[in-house]
Amino acid sequence: MDAVVHLRDAVCLLGRFPALAGVDLDVAPGEIVLLTGPNGAGKTTLLRALAGLVPVTAGEAVVLGHDLRRDARALRRDVGLLGHGAALYDDLTVAENVRFWARAGRAGGDVDAAMARAGLDSRVRDVIGARLSAGQRRRAALAVLFARAARLWLLDEPHAGLDAAGRDALDAEIRAAVASGTTVVVASHELDRASALATRTVTVAGGHLLGPSGRLSGEEEPLRVP
Amino acid sequence: MFRDALLVAGKDLRIERRSRVGLQQIVPFAVLVIVLFAFALDPDRGVLTRAAAGLFWVAVLFSALLAVQRSQAVEGADGVRDAVRLSGLDPAGIFLGKALAVAVQLLVLEVVLGVSVVLLYDVEVVGLGVLAGTAVAATAGLAAAGSLYGALAAGLRVRETLLPLLLLPVVAPVLIAATRASESALTSTSFEVSAGDWLGLLGVFAALYVAFGLFAYGPLLED
Repeated sequence: MDAVVHLRDAVCLLGRFPALAGVDLDVAPGEIVLLTGPNGAGKTTLLRALAGLVPVTAGEAVVLGHDLRRDARALRRDVGLLGHGAALYDDLTVAENVRFWARAGRAGGDVDAAMARAGLDSRVRDVIGARLSAGQRRRAALAVLFARAARLWLLDEPHAGLDAAGRDALDAEIRAAVASGTTVVVASHELDRASALATRTVTVAGGHLLGPSGRLSGEEEPLRVP
Repeated sequence: MFRDALLVAGKDLRIERRSRVGLQQIVPFAVLVIVLFAFALDPDRGVLTRAAAGLFWVAVLFSALLAVQRSQAVEGADGVRDAVRLSGLDPAGIFLGKALAVAVQLLVLEVVLGVSVVLLYDVEVVGLGVLAGTAVAATAGLAAAGSLYGALAAGLRVRETLLPLLLLPVVAPVLIAATRASESALTSTSFEVSAGDWLGLLGVFAALYVAFGLFAYGPLLED
């Protein structure tokens, strides 16, 4: 089984600063890998590197079959990144934002369905981004993620800003996405909730992965969701 | 590429229509510049009439700076820049779309400014076709060069003050050629010029910057 993510001795430099060094990580299809570690450990940089936004300057780095050191751009349409920012245009409505990003990614996703999955009711549909609360912005960002047909989700503190119901709904969406073939790498400080979701936990500290080993044995099976 | 260009242009124009920054800030600014020139140069002395074309294009140039800065600013907020890079949009399409949206705004602005100049500077337009051709060619060059340099400055912390320094020298040929071509369309000028040559120069400038932008915009997005 080909790994969705395959890193060997990968190095990422931010300027001259080695944000990640000697990183080995394999992620099998259907896994939910949790990245934990203190602030500044390199979790966000690792997620951005897997999305092709931060260049891998040494080592091997293959994601969804694309060599990140040769052509990171080819990967991007297949990746959905939920970062710290909501990535919304302030003067577009929620529906217009979701529709724009879905069309940009060539995804024929149903905008209303994506918004409903993110817990955004019809009253918010025509509200411009600038008037949304922090929680609504997070839900709108999730709606964009749901509307895109990404095969790999990279989630950076996905529960931040959501209420309890929203967190439960997000966990259900993640499990459903994995059941339909999506692979997930998630960075979180909410260990209780995220650990219950994850199939494996990897600790990041000082730009290194401390373990357990990110390498695959070759016998992994995709997560089966009841 | 063209599909992505239309998608981006449609998005940018929708944002501008809703925010009304162009209508409520950039257009009044440009008209104010034209009025201030009138105050400074006194319509009764004839200077305004002779310099009308140049003053018109100077006002357009300053307004283009604002339009380009606004066009890039909407991409700079709250993780949007990363989302654009991840979107899968063709960088050449993004460039074309952003330039197209800026060009549409500038053309609307030029109509308003043109009417203001005719009313305030006492000039008469006889070569409307030449004037329209000049406006289209000059606007294409301004929008293409502006979008390219706007993206270059967008990645820098001092983008607001750097963009005029980068862009104004580059678009000086547009100012010169557009002014000369426009003068031939105004009866009250004393210049005998061939508009065709200047229009040709404007066309070459626009074509060069569109071509350059199509290739250079992708690497600029990554920096």
